[in-house]
Amino acid sequence: MSVAAARPRRGFPGGSRLLWSLLGWVVAILFFFPVLWMALEALKTEEQAASIPPTIFFVPTLEAFQEVLSRDFPPFFINSAIATIGSTLLVILVGLPAAYALAIRPIKRTRDALFFFISTRFLPFAASLVPLYLLARDLHLLDNILALIIIYTTINLPLGVWLLRSFLLEIPNDLFEAARVDGAGFFSELVRVVLPLVTPGIAATSLICLIFSWNEFFYAVNLTSTIAATSPIFLVGFISGRGLFYAKLSAAATLCSLPVLMAGWIAQKQLIRGLTMGAVK
Amino acid sequence: MSQPNVGNGAVAGRTGAPGFARGRTAASAARRDSWLRRLPLLPALVYVFLITQIPFVLTVYYSLFSWNLLRPGSFRFAGLQNYAAVVTEPSIRIAIANTVVLTLCAVAISVVIGVCVALLLNREIFGKGVLRTLMIAPFLVMPTAAALIWKDTLLNPIFGLVDYILSPIGLSHMDWVNRFPMATIVTIEVWRWTPFMMLIVLAGLQSQNLETLEAARVDGANALSTLRYITLPFIRPFIELGALLGSLFIVQTFDSIYMTTQGGPGQATTNIPFLLYLVAFQGYDIGRASAIGVVAVILTMIVASFALRTLFTIFHVEARR
Repeated sequence: MSVAAARPRRGFPGGSRLLWSLLGWVVAILFFFPVLWMALEALKTEEQAASIPPTIFFVPTLEAFQEVLSRDFPPFFINSAIATIGSTLLVILVGLPAAYALAIRPIKRTRDALFFFISTRFLPFAASLVPLYLLARDLHLLDNILALIIIYTTINLPLGVWLLRSFLLEIPNDLFEAARVDGAGFFSELVRVVLPLVTPGIAATSLICLIFSWNEFFYAVNLTSTIAATSPIFLVGFISGRGLFYAKLSAAATLCSLPVLMAGWIAQKQLIRGLTMGAVK
Repeated sequence: MSQPNVGNGAVAGRTGAPGFARGRTAASAARRDSWLRRLPLLPALVYVFLITQIPFVLTVYYSLFSWNLLRPGSFRFAGLQNYAAVVTEPSIRIAIANTVVLTLCAVAISVVIGVCVALLLNREIFGKGVLRTLMIAPFLVMPTAAALIWKDTLLNPIFGLVDYILSPIGLSHMDWVNRFPMATIVTIEVWRWTPFMMLIVLAGLQSQNLETLEAARVDGANALSTLRYITLPFIRPFIELGALLGSLFIVQTFDSIYMTTQGGPGQATTNIPFLLYLVAFQGYDIGRASAIGVVAVILTMIVASFALRTLFTIFHVEARR
């Protein structure tokens, strides 16, 4: 490309910025709108929620939420919490040492191990359903929250190892040298040096585990029925609704989505890093 | 300055720790150290291996048998009979076709929109952070919840918001979900996955070398040329990563189908995961379901190998910086 005199910019810098901003806001609001509508409908009465034309201005009321909360929703929420927290803890406990082994003191076949881990993430869930169902049945783990904890750990462990490893790789060597000079043993090194620095990595991993476990539906719906049913399954009851139920539906949907929405919004950077398995920082 | 390949090739420096070598031969010290290194990895490796490979082996095993859970004692060897059915039965071919259509459409559309939005958000516009926050909401919302919201409050023929908005142009009382089932599912998935594509591409855009862009501007390149010759080639691996990862997830779409169309009308929106669910839990045909599962895994592996290759390419790009 030949060197030419810089061309004068077309249009006013301020004006084009405004235009692009407007476009950006329109697009963002379009995408966000269903979520907003869900929250709005949840704050209406049933009559307002099903009105034609749709009610735009209204006095918010919490009666839909109250109804949902009194309608046996808490057990579903608690089950989701147990499954999510349990599996996330396991992922960290088991995954951190593994990530350490693959990052700080690597073994010879690091790449193979990583490859294997990630490849399990790509297995279609549906394929394993039948044997897992039969295994759960024979082990009396059907409709037991433990089955979900085990499966969610399996689903999230590869991603967790990969993510934690990418965080561990960022720890400067000097810190390890210093610890070694001090005569630190394996565990001491881990606790004193690694743990404080990998806390953001643990946060990111927990976030990703939270998102995928909380929203998980396929195994939850097939391996549980009444005792261990998680939040998504509560929503199944709304599929064939009779009478006015849009406000309750929206309230239930909002309650189910709130934890992940909050978590994802607070920690967007970790989210991106987790979604791309650490490849994108 | 962090080293991406910590330890690789630097084995000599690490294993020579004074504590181990004292009073032992170098060989046994190296062996012991090698085992100590592997130890932390074992729990994770064994755990994942057991819970992913054993079911897969069992799936292959069951696929060779004919077994209906509703008929006790019907377990008998059937060889490749189930696979023959996979090839000949129309319902399975329909499911594969639906899966391909759904995945291709959803991925293609969400990539295109995602790239455009990413380019938009990469500019200097007001409230970028808020916009990004708004944009990722569709991805975070529980898929089952989102599907219900779309079906009942937006696309409902009578009470839905979409109906209200489109009634001035005469499209009122249109039963979108039942008349355009596949389009509905694709719309919901595009809505859900565009933020994912956008985030990946945006991260790629933000990692561009500003000096290169500045040099291009000085050389007289206008915005369009810069986009075409510098930016797009740069973010291509990110687009590929997003497309491949997205495909692997969208292929497994189950939640939205279950909550909106239940695979219907007829089989219009039955994809492979949903078919598997139907065959296994409504037909209780274990052998047939297993054969479908094996086929699904093989097809997925082909796509996954491309995804893995791309992932490692980006990984190496990151390491070299």
